[in-house]
Amino acid sequence: MLEAFHEFFRQLAADYPSWNFIFFYRETEMNRVAQGIWMTIKLSVWCVILSVVIGVVGAWIKGSRHRVASAIVQGYIQFFRNTPPFVQLLFFYFALGQFTPTYSPDGWLEYPIISNVGWAIISLSFFAGAFNVEIFRAGVEAVPESTREAAEALGYTNLKAYIHVVLPLAFRVSLPALNNNLVNLVKTTTQAFAIAVPELLYQAVTIWNDYPSAQNPTMLLLFVVYILLVGILVYGMHRWERAMRIPGYGM
Amino acid sequence: MKEPANTTATWTADQPMVSINDVHKSFGELEVLKGISLDVMKGDVICIIGPSGSGKSTLIRCINGLTPINSGSITVEGQEVNSPKLDKLALRRKVGMVFQQYNLFPHKTALQNVMMAPVHVLKQDKAEVEKRAYALLAKVGLTGKEHAYPGELSGGQQQRVAIARSLAMNPDVMLFDEVTAALDPETVKEVLVAIKELAEEGMTCILVTHEMGFAREVADHIYFTDRGVIVEHGPPATFFSEARDPRTREFLGQIL
Repeated sequence: MLEAFHEFFRQLAADYPSWNFIFFYRETEMNRVAQGIWMTIKLSVWCVILSVVIGVVGAWIKGSRHRVASAIVQGYIQFFRNTPPFVQLLFFYFALGQFTPTYSPDGWLEYPIISNVGWAIISLSFFAGAFNVEIFRAGVEAVPESTREAAEALGYTNLKAYIHVVLPLAFRVSLPALNNNLVNLVKTTTQAFAIAVPELLYQAVTIWNDYPSAQNPTMLLLFVVYILLVGILVYGMHRWERAMRIPGYGM
Repeated sequence: MKEPANTTATWTADQPMVSINDVHKSFGELEVLKGISLDVMKGDVICIIGPSGSGKSTLIRCINGLTPINSGSITVEGQEVNSPKLDKLALRRKVGMVFQQYNLFPHKTALQNVMMAPVHVLKQDKAEVEKRAYALLAKVGLTGKEHAYPGELSGGQQQRVAIARSLAMNPDVMLFDEVTAALDPETVKEVLVAIKELAEEGMTCILVTHEMGFAREVADHIYFTDRGVIVEHGPPATFFSEARDPRTREFLGQIL
């Protein structure tokens, strides 16, 4: 069965030289694709988690009475929202990367403690996090002051009221906007290609550099995989949105 | 119930539970409280009435520190509310508050609304709090609605959940800020009945209300405020029939 599958694509490549689906019948290329997809998923999951954490914490700081901390968060947002994510990535890797300490496990080679994958995760999380702060901030502002006040009257501190009352409500308001931003984030992980993070685009380009005849099929593969990945994310977010819906409540 | 020693040391039950002395409060240029003084003894039920904008709600919000005052003093069981050293949690577990718009937590069921503060703030045992929450909801006549969300309840039911939520903290004094003003006429009564039961059990209550019939029936003492001052006060028996000040008469004339 599997052999017939391989044979079909081998034959297709022989009949139509520009449609060489090499990753369907050669194990090396198959592994490259699999590793690329896995790396893209890892990048996406880490960046989604970290950027949401940045968003939640940033929104809390921006709403607090701490002027200096709030100004720092505002500066962070302005910087990361108003500069290209690609430039940010290069800056993190090439500029900040020079100053990161190194370690040497074997006594011969020096490895930086933050790898290119690490820098990609940091850079993309900060980028998406800046938008998430604004998204959650809007959600926090949609929670009526009187609801927060009720928590205060029950003895909640500001932080406890934020965690137990404001944030759960703000989250529900924020979900559609958050959804959009996370979709963008998953797609932006392809930029990690530029610092040689072996994610899906990197692997795809490697394949078609080795086998120019595989270029069309590999591009097709890229589209299909990203449609599926983003589709899964959107499906999950919608499920979550529905699960959080409050009976009898407007949002 | 055990109280921390430092809060009970200076206060005894023969002193006013809530003591308000010459309180002034301005919002910008507008002075809404112009020297208010009143004392509330343990077990007292007092009603504050008066036209809109007379500072009633501001006054009641000052008592639990939601609105800071400019000058004067407010003490609750001997504790100065406006002191920078105030232990806010200690104050707020003593003073329960019910709002005009109920202000329930819409993402939690009625039962969870009642349970949240004792669990999160007082760190009490969840199982024990749950038992108490069921009992409190039963007390305000909401058995069977424990798992309904606020959005699924009528205004009167939501307000009764809010009362139960406040009682779950075992407060010594309850503040009611026009709690029936947002309700349909037919649900007003169920809320008033719940408050009346509380008052009869000896709970110290301070109410801002427009329900004159209720005030007459339940209050030990009625205060009439207008433009930031207490114009007149007295027990309901004399207050309604023998009001002396023309402003009080005019107000009562419009309402009764």
